Amino acid sequence: MSKQNPSRETELVRASLKKRYAREQRFQWYGRIAVMLGFVFLFILLADIVTKGSPAFTQQYLKIPVDLSHDALDLGELPNEQELRRGDYSGAIKSSLRDMFPEVKNRSQKKQLYRLVSIGGEYQLRDAVLANPSLFGGPVDVWLLAHSEAASYLKGQISRDTPEIERRVKDLQMDWLDRLQQEGRTESRFNFLFFTSGDSREPELAGIRAALVGSFYTLMVTFLVAFPIGVLAAVYLEEFAPRNRLTDLIEININNLAAVPSIVFGLLGLAVFINFFELPRSAPLVGGIVLSLMTLPTIIITSRAAIGAVSPSIREASMGIGASKLQTVFHHVLPVAMPGILTGSIIGMAQALGESAPLLMIGMVAFIMDVPGGVTDPSTVLPVQIFLWADSPERGFTEKTSAAIMVLMGFLILMNALAIYLRKRFELK
Amino acid sequence: MQTTTVFLVLAALCFASFWAGRQRSRLVAAAEGGIRSLHSLPKHYGYMAALWAGLPAAALFLAWLALEGRVIEAQVVAQAPAEIQLQSREEIGLYYNQVVGYATGQADANMLSPEQVSAASTYQQAIARSRTMKLFLVSLVAIAGALLAIRRIRPDLRARNHVEGIFQGVLFACSFIAVLTTLGIVLSVLFEAIRFFREIPLTDFLFGLQWSPQMAIRIDQVAASGSFGFLPLLVGTLLISTVAMLIAVPVGLLSAIYLSEYASRRFRAVSKPVLEILAGVPTVVYGFFAALTVAPFIRQLGESIGLNVASESALAAGIVMGIMIIPFVLSLSDDIINAVPDTLREASLGLGATNSETVIRVLLPAALPGIVGGVLLAASRAIGETMIVVMAAGLSAKLTVNPLEAVTTITVQIVTLLVGDQEFDSPKTLAAFALGLVLFFVTLLLNVLALYVVRRYREQYE
Repeated sequence: MSKQNPSRETELVRASLKKRYAREQRFQWYGRIAVMLGFVFLFILLADIVTKGSPAFTQQYLKIPVDLSHDALDLGELPNEQELRRGDYSGAIKSSLRDMFPEVKNRSQKKQLYRLVSIGGEYQLRDAVLANPSLFGGPVDVWLLAHSEAASYLKGQISRDTPEIERRVKDLQMDWLDRLQQEGRTESRFNFLFFTSGDSREPELAGIRAALVGSFYTLMVTFLVAFPIGVLAAVYLEEFAPRNRLTDLIEININNLAAVPSIVFGLLGLAVFINFFELPRSAPLVGGIVLSLMTLPTIIITSRAAIGAVSPSIREASMGIGASKLQTVFHHVLPVAMPGILTGSIIGMAQALGESAPLLMIGMVAFIMDVPGGVTDPSTVLPVQIFLWADSPERGFTEKTSAAIMVLMGFLILMNALAIYLRKRFELK
Repeated sequence: MQTTTVFLVLAALCFASFWAGRQRSRLVAAAEGGIRSLHSLPKHYGYMAALWAGLPAAALFLAWLALEGRVIEAQVVAQAPAEIQLQSREEIGLYYNQVVGYATGQADANMLSPEQVSAASTYQQAIARSRTMKLFLVSLVAIAGALLAIRRIRPDLRARNHVEGIFQGVLFACSFIAVLTTLGIVLSVLFEAIRFFREIPLTDFLFGLQWSPQMAIRIDQVAASGSFGFLPLLVGTLLISTVAMLIAVPVGLLSAIYLSEYASRRFRAVSKPVLEILAGVPTVVYGFFAALTVAPFIRQLGESIGLNVASESALAAGIVMGIMIIPFVLSLSDDIINAVPDTLREASLGLGATNSETVIRVLLPAALPGIVGGVLLAASRAIGETMIVVMAAGLSAKLTVNPLEAVTTITVQIVTLLVGDQEFDSPKTLAAFALGLVLFFVTLLLNVLALYVVRRYREQYE
């Protein structure tokens, strides 16, 4: 039929072409939109974290003229250092605040007034006096840390337009803060406390130091356990393993473990390491072991790929001059494969650094104020600290959470950049 | 710390035996005409001595560490008055913990009974004895091992082969840890789950429509027996995972098609790593994003069109989980589409099909098994994901398929049951292990199925 009437066939095709091209265009656009959606999600996620978190890197201070006379501190006239330590600094701050705003009379207003300054203010004042005893005696202008609620008003996060009932900072407090601001008695500084202190119930005093150190210890254990075991296992499977059922079993297990939900590793840690071996709860030791079991498959799989990619000529040359199999592998193959192995291990470590679910199971969710001193001390890690802060009702913790996320992501980016750098160098060879 | 001391002593002994083994081999060789008469290099004899010193002693040390606590507890409890020994395991545990607390100076004497105070001194003696014995026995085993090895050193001893044999054993042991881990997971969840099913019948668990474990702590409560029904959790998990897959599969698959079939090389080289950043973001970050940004946004959106949306809606958790899985689906389908032979593509294009027709009529059908495998893997990810749902999904189990309501999932319940104070023998904590068992087997099934499908698919084109 086509032979008899070729032009009609062509016509049919031609007529449908416009529609088909339109469909082609549409399909391309679906693809473009999908990729763009991915970009948009990533952008929104990062932008959300950064905008929420960046205010946490500054902290507000209020300049208060504090009366440090022996009466105000409830001390003798010539106190020694011991007595100076016991002075009533909180009372001194309160009375100075009352002196600054003499119009404040009733109790609830006074309470509001005291809430302008952080609870940590008295310790800050005490340390300042102890460091410089000459302050004792006279009225001194001191920069005191503002309460997180007052700080959030000063940072412009609370507006007067919201009905007073719905906000933590009341109208009166806003008036006082405005006055302080006009008198130049407020200041915004970089939040060093965030990096030097542990967790706290007060948002303005809370920091990530304890969690960072906990993460460091946990990762150290993870690396010390997972790296040697992972590399040696990869060497065995790639170079020595005979082709038999047992090897198959090991390989199937590794592939499956890579896809087991992380929380199941937490159950394993709880049942085996804590309940059976009676290792300490909440400790980086157990956390590190659990995370190393979790990252082992990643390290084994990438190390195997790296070892497999080493050119056979290197092996043959080594064997040819009489080296044993083990010498060949450890003196010649592993050094060449090392950049690839390190790349995989760093990616595995980055996974472990961001992981939190299994650590919840083994009790690393405690409230930790003190920086842990070793792998058996109770501690928490950065992602779990983020989880804990995200659960806190105080508004001030939201920005802390985002800031902690920024720090965590910073470390992850650093580790991944290192991995990419190593891979690039490896490829150049 | 004492563990460090033992470790350092052991390391020093290993080093000493290495040196002694090396010296000995040189001495032996000197008698028979110099170092050339040795089968292996002197250092191999050293390694051999060090391994013989270190390995058995380290094994003994680890076993001692693992058993020490139990043996001492048994000793202390054995001396306790009879009425204490008749009590339940928790009571004995409490008694013992008080003794240990007093002995280590964390508790006051006035909280304890006189027997406990005397038990504390038993405990201290036992600890001290255990410490000296440990150090002594570990050193003894190390020295004995080293001597045994050093005595065997002759010029014709094949030390290198010996060392390499041991080392291959170590290599095998390292890779066998993967099997041990799986075994550990299965046994630990299985044992606790069996204890759970002894108290709660399996059928109640599998087919019950009510999940309220908090109520079952007290036996006198009405709901004590019927509150471990697992179906609402399953439905909740599937609901959130379905939402996630509805986001992740279209976006991931279409992106993969676009990037592999249409995009310029440069665009692909930039955009693939950028999208893969999504896979590197820690799940706790997604959880925070879901709970504090997406959930309120969806709630407001719903209210503005007159819908009542729960503040912990399944939709919010599902969407964010979907975003998390996008790069996963993307890279799996990308691999699979690239594995379709170019001949198929070229044949279709040669017949005059447009690009999109080639993709829809030829590539996708050819790649379908692989894509299905990838989707199964992604689904197993979604079901096992924990932090997002812990932070953004609800706690109360509700049997509903409405994504605007709050539902709870298996992983959320495992976390809530096990975090915080726990008595290890109550059905409440055991239930977490039963849920863990279900989770492990469901994800295992999906993974095995997916790997099987993907492997069959790969073989088809190889």
